[in-house]
Formats: sequence, C-alpha cells, structure tokens
Amino acid sequence: MRTQREDFKEILRLVRPGARVLDVGCGEGELLELLTREKNVDGQGLEISSEGVSACLARGLAVVQGDGDRDLDHFPTQAFDYAILSKTLQQMREPRHVLNELLRIADRAVVSLPNFGQWRVRWSLMVRGRMPETKALPEPWWSTPNIHLCTLHDFTALCDDLDLRIEACAALNNGKPARPIDPTRAIENWRSETALFLLSRKGQAEPAAVPPGELFPK
Amino acid sequence: MSDVGHAPLATPTQGGIWRSPADRPLRLDSGAILAPLEMAYNTYGTLNADKSNAVLICHALTGDQYVASTHPVTGKPGWWTTVVGPGLPLDPARYFIICANVIGGCMGSTGPASPDPTTGKPYGLAFPMITIADMVRAQAMLVESFGIETLFSVVGTSMGGMQVLQWAADYPERLFSAICVAAAARHSAQNIAFHEVGRQAIMADPDWRGGAYELEGVRPEKGLAVARMAAHITYLSETALQRKFGRELQRDGLSWGFDADFQVESYLRHQGSSFVDRFDANSYLYITRALDYFDLAASHGGVLANAFLQARKVRFCVLSFSSDWLYATAESRDIVRALNAAGCRASFAEITTDKGHDAIFLEEPALDSALRGFLASAAEKRGLA
Repeated sequence: MRTQREDFKEILRLVRPGARVLDVGCGEGELLELLTREKNVDGQGLEISSEGVSACLARGLAVVQGDGDRDLDHFPTQAFDYAILSKTLQQMREPRHVLNELLRIADRAVVSLPNFGQWRVRWSLMVRGRMPETKALPEPWWSTPNIHLCTLHDFTALCDDLDLRIEACAALNNGKPARPIDPTRAIENWRSETALFLLSRKGQAEPAAVPPGELFPK
Repeated sequence: MSDVGHAPLATPTQGGIWRSPADRPLRLDSGAILAPLEMAYNTYGTLNADKSNAVLICHALTGDQYVASTHPVTGKPGWWTTVVGPGLPLDPARYFIICANVIGGCMGSTGPASPDPTTGKPYGLAFPMITIADMVRAQAMLVESFGIETLFSVVGTSMGGMQVLQWAADYPERLFSAICVAAAARHSAQNIAFHEVGRQAIMADPDWRGGAYELEGVRPEKGLAVARMAAHITYLSETALQRKFGRELQRDGLSWGFDADFQVESYLRHQGSSFVDRFDANSYLYITRALDYFDLAASHGGVLANAFLQARKVRFCVLSFSSDWLYATAESRDIVRALNAAGCRASFAEITTDKGHDAIFLEEPALDSALRGFLASAAEKRGLA
C-alpha cells in the first residue's frame, strides 16, 4: 500500500466513527474507502469525472456523478455529519456558496486548501514578477484549475463573514505530519503550505476544542 | 406452457406460469380488476435457504422474460446476455434471478390477447388500461408466491427502470437494493409523442379491426412494423446511425423510386418486419399507454422525493448513457436528486457511449464494471457469499 497522505491521516483523526460522510470531489474514492475501512463511516461521494465514478463504484462506494458547484443544492439539510472538500474549494465557481451549502448539508465541514499567503508564493511573485508556480501550486496560470485562490487570512475572514466556527486547523507542509495551528496568526499565514479546517456553524452549542492526538480511541 | 404453481428449483433455469389464487385478483389503478391473472416467468439460479439472494429483473417495453435464455419465437439469445449469465454481474451461480413478462404483454402473461373470462374470446380493447404500478403490483404477487420477503435487488432497464422506481415507492420494505438503468421518473412530451405515432400507425392499419383482429384471423402487421420503425430510431443515437449506415446505398446507384435505396431504410424495415413475428399490436398499444401515464412525482404530491421517503434503507444505483436521448441523463439526474433529497443512499453514473438507448443491450465495459461494483458491495452487506 502507498504511504497514506498526511491530509488523509488528519481527516481520519477528525471524523467520528460511524458518522455519515459526504466527500465532495471524491476522485477515485481513496479517502472514502479509508474512512469506511478505518472509521466505519456511512460514506457518499460526489465526483464529476466518469473515471472517478467508475473507480468508486468498483470499490463498492456510494457515489453520485455530479458537480459540486451545482449539485450540493439538491442534498437535504443536515443529511450528513461531515462534508469533506479536499483541496477543491479554490476550483469552485462560487466558493462562498459552496461553503454555505456544505454547512447546511452537514453539521461539520472538513475543508483543505492551498495557502496563497505562503512565503514561497509571495516570494515567487515578488522576485519573478510572474504568477507563482510552487510545489503546492505547480501549474501555469493558463492551465490551472484554481480560479479562486486565497490566503489563510482571506479564508478565516470568509468564515467570520459566514458565521462559521473554526473548531480545528492544521497546517500540512510538503508531506510532513499535520501540525495544529491558529490560522489567524500571521506567522502561520506565512509558513503554511496547505491548511485543513474543521468547521461548524456558530449558534450551535459550543463544542470542546479539538485536542491533538487520537480523538476517538478505539 | 404449463401449469399452476412453480416447478421445483433443482435445475438452474426454470420457467412457468403463475396464476393468482381466485381470492386474490389484481386490482388495477383504473379501478378495474384483472382476474384470472397469469404471470409467465423465467428463473435462473437457485434460491438460497434464507431466500436472501433473489433478484427481480424488469424488462423494457418490448422485452420479455427471456432475459438470458433462447427466445422461443426468434431463436435468438436472451435480451440481456451481456449482464446475466455465468461470470457476469448477475451470475445465476450466486443469485436467484426472476424475470416475468409484464401484464399487458404477449409472451404468456395476461394481456389483451388473453381470453376475456366474460366472453371466452380474446380481450382486445376490452382489456383494462394498465399502469406501471399495476405491472409492479403483479410482480410483487409473483415474488411473494416464491416466499421471498425481501428481494436482494430489483433491476430494470428503460421501462423496467420505471418499474424499479415504482417498486421503491410502493414496496420499499421488500427491497435491499435497486438498480435503474436508462429510465426516467416520468414520460416526457417527446416520449409520449413518439408513442402516439406508433399507436396511430397500428390503429390506421385496416387489419387492426378496432383491436379485434384476432377474432377475424388477421394481424395489423404493417401498422405494428411502422410503430417499431419509429420507436427504433429513438433507441439509436445520431452518431451510431451515421457510423452504422451513413448515406450508404443498398446497391449501386439510386432506384429513382421508393424501394429501400439507403441501408438505413432497409435496416429499419427489417427491424419492423421481424418485430411483428414476436409482438402483439394490442400489447404495444397498452404498454406504451402505461408508459405515457407514468409520472411518479404526480402520484406523490408533485414532489418526486416524496416517492422515496420510505426507501431510505434501499441502496440505489442509477445509470444513464451519455448519448441516450430517449431517456436522457438529465432524467436520471432528476431521479438521483430526488433520492438524495429523500435521504436515500444512491449511486449514479453516466456511462459515456455513442450508442444511444440501445447501449443497454450492448457490451459496455463501464456498465459492466458499475454493475459489478455496486452488486458486489451490496451482496457483501447482505451477507451473500
């Protein structure tokens, strides 16, 4: 087996066993399969590519071929415990709407995104005067699917604006283990390559802060 | 064909006719009562001890119970031998597969050609109007007669897919999983329009005789053939027609007349003339009407999701074909959205093919792998080895 992706490990840690999970943009279903196997979740995927959908079906996962930008509206309110959106928010036409929808459909959203405020990005733009191409964002401007990039501070501001609570946040750098961070700190906006958020809607009962380590011991 | 009740299930492939008990006639949506009711069916494989491996296959408009065995009239292989058979997604070694001719049909189940008990003569137009729900109600009685409480799966293509949706609406507690291929939750204006062309062709044939052709020893073959020709166009995509025939001629040069100059004409004529050998014109009228009347949302307060509210425990798989314009992907998407809105567990894939609606019956690796994956995981959850 391939070594497990660090963001998957962190998501595995955050998701409660037996939960109902919607993975938006689930690809070939690696994460859903992992969550089903390790956490016994009741999983559902949404995937736009037919290759991805076929792969998911072959793995025995429930998957709907569809478009996260359009099809979330058709899911009922609070149908899931978690909605996962892994490194795709920046590719959506309407990230704000998608984020709102995720937290309508599910009690919690797990969202990861590349940080456009990382020093490598800033450095690349400042020194080269060209659109940044980094390890986390390797494609040139004319072929990148990332149409709505943002910095950690942009994202936390949007969360505030939408009345979302950040229950946990971890930085993921270049395959290193996830590191819990406070995403509002300038230093994290400077050094984090990718960040993974656990979000919920404010107004619900205040949950306990998410501690590091195993959340749901077996 | 034979008698009351079921033959023993020792050998893998069985067929027969089931008759409803006298005290249990079929009550139809129209208010009429159908009695006696006969259902002609075939089975493949063996029902396991706890009766948990039963699969009901629902056939399309002109299909029948010969899903995986040689058709007695045409001598051709069954209509879904790409999916049902040893080593295929629906393997009789694993599942007990039932396929029954729909009521209104002409391959042994009670239909307009059956004798009307009040006159002893063929029903003809005295046969009551039937609906998709009526077909399903009859299937449910047949399934019950096997002592099967829960079907492992109900699988249907085209009109059969509509029956699958109706099963989920009417008998959700009797289903573990449901597979709906190339279907829709209602008939569109275009669907109805094409059917009306077919019906008018049949009724315009002087040999139709107001539906009483059988009594008069004739058959409206020309009308039925034209109906089939029109319908067959809707089963193929423009691309497939172009690839298969283009503007190719039957022989060198034009005939400067109305013979079948073009290969596509000859193909359609063949489709029409071979169809009349195996299908009854009145059955065609009744079944197309049942399809036109089908609108699952309408019978659930106008909201399709309401049809599936009791089916949250059923595992659904909805499949469509990208070039199918008879029951287009958008129709399947509506079904899936309704399933999601009802909180059902649903999978949906659009299979990329240029073969149109007909792709159902053709080798499609993506269809094969989708069915395999879905059935395998459902079987595992059901505890089927």
